[in-house]
This record gives sequence, structure tokens and C-alpha cells, in this order.
Amino acid sequence: MADRGERAATGRALAMLAPAYLWLLFAVFLPLAAMAWFSLLSDLPLRGREWHLTLANYRAFLDSPAYPALLWKSLRIAAVVTLLCLVAGFPCALVLARVIRGRSREALLLLVILPFWSNALVRVFSWTILLRPGGVLDAALSAVLPGEVRLGLAFTETAVVIGLVHSYVPYVILTAYLALQAIDQSLIEAARALGAGRLRILRRILLPLALPGLIAGAVLVFVPVAGSFMEPRLLGGRMGTTFGTVIEDQFVAVFNWPLGAALSFILLAVVLGILAAASPALRRSLG
Amino acid sequence: MSGVSVSGLVKAWGPVRALDGLTLDFPEGSFFGLLGPSGSGKTTLLRAIAGFVTPDAGTVRIGGQSVDGVPVERREIGMVFQSYALFPHMTVAGNLSFGLEVRRVPARERARRIDEALALVRLEGFGGRRPAELSGGQRQRVAMARAIVTRPRVLLLDEPLSALDRGLRTEMQIELRRIQREVGITAIFVTHDQEEALTLSDRIGILREGRLVREGPPRAVWDDPGDAFTARFLGAANLFTGTPEPGGLRLASGALLAGPPGRTTGCLAVRPEAMALSPVEPGAPNALPGRIAALVFAGATVTALVEAAGQQARVTGAPSAFEGLAEGQPVWLAWPPGRAAWVAPDRPGVATGK
Repeated sequence: MADRGERAATGRALAMLAPAYLWLLFAVFLPLAAMAWFSLLSDLPLRGREWHLTLANYRAFLDSPAYPALLWKSLRIAAVVTLLCLVAGFPCALVLARVIRGRSREALLLLVILPFWSNALVRVFSWTILLRPGGVLDAALSAVLPGEVRLGLAFTETAVVIGLVHSYVPYVILTAYLALQAIDQSLIEAARALGAGRLRILRRILLPLALPGLIAGAVLVFVPVAGSFMEPRLLGGRMGTTFGTVIEDQFVAVFNWPLGAALSFILLAVVLGILAAASPALRRSLG
Repeated sequence: MSGVSVSGLVKAWGPVRALDGLTLDFPEGSFFGLLGPSGSGKTTLLRAIAGFVTPDAGTVRIGGQSVDGVPVERREIGMVFQSYALFPHMTVAGNLSFGLEVRRVPARERARRIDEALALVRLEGFGGRRPAELSGGQRQRVAMARAIVTRPRVLLLDEPLSALDRGLRTEMQIELRRIQREVGITAIFVTHDQEEALTLSDRIGILREGRLVREGPPRAVWDDPGDAFTARFLGAANLFTGTPEPGGLRLASGALLAGPPGRTTGCLAVRPEAMALSPVEPGAPNALPGRIAALVFAGATVTALVEAAGQQARVTGAPSAFEGLAEGQPVWLAWPPGRAAWVAPDRPGVATGK
């Protein structure tokens, strides 16, 4: 009797999991498998082309010093962007979760996710208008400060970082907000009763308890930023060549899918390696 | 260690006055129970003493000094929360250490005081555990130890035992009492459980609609509740209304109930356990004829609902006292005059609690 009930429950669970996992199979696993296959080919298997299996695409990464240098640049930008997103996002989440109540909180949360409703390309492109020489930012600063201000931010790595932080900071705000608002108010009151001031409560109670949310946010930012290509391309100009844009070029410009696929897998492996190396430290700080 | 006093406390949440000019002394070293129905202002009072609530008017004094404008973190209080509020990411020792680190107690002294506090709550050797690894009763003890390890001036407890099941609650009541006595700290606790208040407290205060209606040692308040609300709230007393006369209370039915000598105001309150039933008319004063409407068995006690003098009276006693009685049977209700108390009637237009 109990056995049959259990089996029925398992069946129901499978039925509910199936759509998501079937979708993941078709949308993620099969394309990835296809890419893995492409990355081992000498050329695209189209009609009229000769191809054979090879590791040459992976070797190309090591043969040219440009690829590792670009990968390093992408990882460096990803680290800086992740850090800036945490620094900018956590205070915002803290105020949203623990200070503001009621309707105004809803409105402010809506503002955080509002950018997701507009086209990402348009949002990033609007930064070029802000940052270009004599653009909105320069004009505004010139109006306030004496003399002509030329920040010279357009088409620099700084512009890329600004655009990426803009695109990804909502992830940190939302994950940190969820973690912070789950903290029982009586813990804060207990800490106050024990004599703790605001800074100590932040450092000893709020930050440690919100850490899982911050780490989730950091991963959500770091992984896609390491492979990003749109923001670097639009905002970086000549300085905007990154590992992500090189991969994109292989697919849309040079039409060298095998090399693009191989570079993608190298990026994937390196990012997974970084997360794996960081996970013992993270688990310790979460335990 | 210090006493606490509040005077003229007012706190309004919109149109509701949670505290309505409340004045009350909590003597030094006493275990003081604040009791009242929900919405009576007892929790607001506790939080105003702690500093989490800023009163609209009035003064809170700890050790004779006003703490108005002093933030919670500088009031030197110990607080035990209903949910215990143990820091889940710290060990038991870490939880206890927190308040000591705030006070910059050196590490060696910290360790000594943590061991001392854990011994006091009988949790020696539990310092390395996480709150999640503890039972409800153990968490309660850790919360207690954390609140007193900093040697606060006053201990505030907000429904400290309500999250425990019944058996454990009785055990922890005795433990709380022992710990408070050993430390000698002034303790103020909020409860809606009258038995808990009567068991734990040196003094109890009954709150109603933001005001103090009765205060004193539990026994004194029990025996002489003062007004109809307190009589009903504490122990569900039977209330008889009528016209006071020099000899007692004249009921509408014409019967005269003898009350204790002294003040004679509108109502007589009689505890259910002070009353006795007999199938024949007893040769004693205060005998009312009636009829048993219901007999309710509750293990150690039986409660009879008796229709008498145009109202329903509750009579509680050992099961043996009800042998041979049946529902629907005519009985006589009697009690010694000394076991009744004169109480002030309900103010007109005021909802009665409980």
C-alpha cells in the first residue's frame, strides 16, 4: 500500500521534472554535443568540403600567444566586473531588504528588474551615447565643472567594464536581496541587545548569512561576463577585443566553426576549473 | 543588577494605544511576569524597556536612571526571544562570545565566562555545537546563557517558553526560576500563559488595553483579583452580580451571598475550585440551588457546569468530589464565604477580555 503510494509519488515527480529536463537535453546538451563534435573537425562538414578528425583547433589556442592573452584579459574583466557588481549591488540589496518596507520597496525592486524588459543591445548601445567624446556624460560634467571636460571613456576597457556592470548588477541585487530578506529580524534585535552596533551587525550577522546569495550572484555574473562579446564590441572599440569577441568572430565573420567551438570549450573548462578551485573555500565559508 | 521602573508610558500605533499611560515598578532582583490577553500591550511594554520601541510619552528607568534616548545596544540588557534568535552560523560558544567580544573582554576571560554560563544552564561541553544540532530545550538554555553571559542589568524574556511542548515547558519553568535566582538578576517576562506566570513570578502584572489593572505577588492577585476582568482572566472565576448589602451580595433572585469582610463593591468572584456540589441542601451559608448542565472530565480534575441563580457557574475539583452526580441532576452549590472575593464590576462599554 505504502509502496504503491510511494511509486505514484515518484511517478508524479518524474512527470513534473520531465519537461524541464527534456528541454535541457534538447536546448543545452545536444547543441553542446554538436559543438564538441565540431571542435574536433578540420573543417565544417558541408557539401563539397573535405574534413577529418583533429585536435588542431585546440592546439591553435596554445600555438598563438594572442589567445591565452585574450582569455586572461576576459577573466580579468570578469573578475573586476564581478567585484564591482558585488560592491554596488550589496548595499542596494541591503537597503531594499532591511530598510524599505511596503509599496516603495515593490516600486524600487521593479526598477531593478525593469532593464530586463528592454532590449539588451539597445541598453548597451545607449552607453555609447553617454560615453562618447562630447557625449551626454562629458556635456553634463562640462556644464558643472569649469572648462571642457573630456573623460575619454569611449572605446576603452573602462567603458566595457561600465557596460558590463550595468548589465549584470541586477543579478547580484536580486540574489543578495533574497538572501538578506530571509534573515530573521529577531537575529538583528538579538545582536543589538547584546550591544552590537550597525557595523558589527553587518560584518558578523548580515554578511555571513547573506554569503550564499552573494556567491550565487557572483557566479551568475562571472560566468557569462567571461564569455561576453556584445558589450566589449559595442563599448570597447579597438580595445574591445576579448576572448568572447574572438569566439563570436569565428562563428559569424570568419566562418571557422571548429576553431570557435574549440575556443568555447577551452573557456568553459577554464571557468569550471576556477569555480572548482574556489568551491572548497566557498564551502568552508558557507559551512 | 538593578530594578526597572516605567512611568506614564504611552505608545500609539495609529489609532490603537498599545500603551496608555502605564506606570509600573519592577523591584530589583524580582522575577516579574507580565500577563494579559493579546493586544494588551505586554510585548510593547517589554520592547519599550529593551529600547526597540520608542514610547510617545513617559520614561523608562533602569537602576534609577532614565534610559530614554539610549539605544538598545547601550542599555546593558539581556534578552531572550520567543524564537530564541540564536545566530545559526555560529557555534554555541560563538553565540555566547558575541556579546563579550562587543565588550572587548579578553579571550581567556571570555572562555572562562562562556564555560561558566554553559555550566549554569547545564550545557557543559556543548560549546562546539551549532544551534541546528540542538533540541528545543537546549536552544532555550543557550538563549538564556547568551543573555546573561554579558552580565546585563536586567533580563527581558519575550514568551520564552511558548515554543516548547508541554512537558519540557514545565521543566524549563523550574530551570528559568533556578537560573534567575542563582544570578540574582531582575527579570521581566511576557506570557499569555497564566499558569506559567503564576509558577515563575515573584510578582505579576495584569495588563489590559495598555494599562495596568492589577499587580502584586501571584498568590495575592489570585486571591484578591481586584476587578472582574482580572478575576475572569486569571483562573476563570465565577462572577455574581447583585446589590451589595452590609451582610453580602443580594442577588436578583433574592438570595444573599456572604462575602469576605471589608470593601463591598458590585461583584463577588468565586474560584471554580473553591466551590463544592452536594445533592442535598448543605447547612451552610452561600448555598444556591441549581442543576448540573454538563460534567467535563479532564484527567486529574472534573469541571461541572451548573445552572444556578440565572447563570452558569464552573465548579472544579478532584473526580472523587463528583461521584454519584449526573448531568441534569439538581444540586446545591456552596462555598465558604472566605473563599470569595469582592471585585470591581466591568466598566460599562469596555469589552471584557479572554
